[in-house]
Amino acid sequence: MSASKNRHAYWQASPLTLVLLAFLVFPIIVIGIVSFWNYNSYSLIPDFIFDNYAYLLTSPVTLKAYINTFQFAFLAWFFTLAIGFTVAYFLAFHIHSVKAQTICFLICTVPFFTSNIIRMISWIPLLGRNGLVNSSLLSAGIIDQPLTFLLYSDFAVVLAYVHLYSLFMVVPIFNSMMRIDRSLVEAAVDAGANAFQVLRDVIVPLSKSGIIVGSIFVMTLVMGDFVTVKIMGGGITANVGMMIYNEISLLQYPAAAAGAVVLLATVLMMLVILFRLVDIRKEL
Amino acid sequence: MAGSVELVKLTKAYDGQTAVDGINLRIPDGSYCCLLGPSGCGKSTTLRMIAGHEGVTDGDILLNNRNVTDRSPRQRGTAMMFQNYALFPHLSCRDNVAYGLKIAGQSKAERHRAADEMLELVNMSQHADKLPTQLSGGQQQRIALARALICRPEVVLLDEPLSALDPFLRIQMRKELKQLQRDLGLTFIHVTHSQEEAFALADLAVVMNDGVIEQSGHPRRIFEAPASPFVAHFIGGHNVLTPNADTLAGEASRFSIRADRLGIAAAQTDLPESSARVEAIIVDVEFQAQFYFVEARLDDGQAVMCYLPEAQLDAAVVAPEQRVALYWDRAAVNRFEAPQ
Repeated sequence: MSASKNRHAYWQASPLTLVLLAFLVFPIIVIGIVSFWNYNSYSLIPDFIFDNYAYLLTSPVTLKAYINTFQFAFLAWFFTLAIGFTVAYFLAFHIHSVKAQTICFLICTVPFFTSNIIRMISWIPLLGRNGLVNSSLLSAGIIDQPLTFLLYSDFAVVLAYVHLYSLFMVVPIFNSMMRIDRSLVEAAVDAGANAFQVLRDVIVPLSKSGIIVGSIFVMTLVMGDFVTVKIMGGGITANVGMMIYNEISLLQYPAAAAGAVVLLATVLMMLVILFRLVDIRKEL
Repeated sequence: MAGSVELVKLTKAYDGQTAVDGINLRIPDGSYCCLLGPSGCGKSTTLRMIAGHEGVTDGDILLNNRNVTDRSPRQRGTAMMFQNYALFPHLSCRDNVAYGLKIAGQSKAERHRAADEMLELVNMSQHADKLPTQLSGGQQQRIALARALICRPEVVLLDEPLSALDPFLRIQMRKELKQLQRDLGLTFIHVTHSQEEAFALADLAVVMNDGVIEQSGHPRRIFEAPASPFVAHFIGGHNVLTPNADTLAGEASRFSIRADRLGIAAAQTDLPESSARVEAIIVDVEFQAQFYFVEARLDDGQAVMCYLPEAQLDAAVVAPEQRVALYWDRAAVNRFEAPQ
């Protein structure tokens, strides 16, 4: 009886297994294999060499790219967390009607009606040398030279990340905040806690899982990104994604594959650490 | 160190709806007061206003004769025990109990020592390091009680503290609550919808309905002389009867009579002059161990219930479909003060 039940379960899981095998596992294996191939300017040569990894892991360019990437990831994480926690806290504890909460959430998702790229490009007329911000500041007499760090800079990249990914922080944190029993807040107030102490002792510890799930989203998105750096960084700064992208445009597929494998390993290690801090099954 | 509580024209309105309507109440220090009423009667709102978790629309709350209406819960010297206990799930029992002292700025060693003493008081020392989810309902309640008592409140507020427990545990915890209140000499204000609980615990029972106090006093006084048909219905064991030209002509207005004060006799029996009588048809007879529960219907359709001791049950007379005479001593009739 249970054996046949088991067999049925495997049948039911098989379509998804096949899809994942074909579109996730197989490409990763191919990337892994290609990363050991040799190449010259116009062709790929099947081989088993470690040159790609040797070059990648000793090059100062790689180190710089990883430092940049971690810096972007940290800054994006920090600001999305600050904004996401504040927004989620406001939605969960200061808006009491479910209807108003739903409307506020819809407003938060409006930017998602357009693509990532459009949302990034729309910063350009705002932040450019003759953009809205510079011209307003100039005409207000606050500055007499246009600010050049606004666009095509690390600032612009982090700004775009925060704009793109804050909602990924808001949703899981809001979700765990909504599960906090309101009488816990009252119990803390009853014990004499002020608003800050309630936040520190009750709300933050009990939103921890939401904070970690949101951090996982933002970290993985930023670590694997290259479009934002390309558009907002203006070719001045490079992260790991940009490095891989450049190698692909030069048809150096084996080098790009090695870069991808190392990046994947890095992100997986980060995830292992983050998943240790949260029981993900409890959140689903 | 007990505190007296006085409510003066206390009112709470939500969006034009009045939840508590100008109630006046004086709770002496060191007493066990039960706020009793059906759900939605305003008893919990009243408790939460005394605790400081609910704003007051109008009126005043006095603790030990100082007006605390606009003070925070801690400044009032009250402590509340919540209906679902509201223990912090991420803290151990010791840290839960010590939380009030942490806020008060005591060092870790100091507050843990005080918490351990308090856990001793509620017999929970061996569970100090567990998380609340590892405890049973009754154990969680003891932790919640210890947490409420740690800051030495003058008034302890309990919001339906026993409703989450099973019946056996409920009676046991009820005893312990009363014992603790007596030993510490604190004022306890306890919200419940169970008249049995209120009668067992209270020195002062307050029956509420629709945001007003219907009656307050010692439970025995309330049971002997309910002040209104609502109270008589709510506390149970009473028949509320409305006289009209055909039946009960001897009474001027609605009155109540305790179900255990009714006797049943054959329809033609002569009864002494001091007794009132009315004819009825028996609908149902139920055996309930200590007594028989007899349901009867008067000629005008009013339902009457009697609790008849086994010894007084004449099986030939008291049987379904039988026409009988219900009788009671006229002195046992409770007339409501204001006819409604």
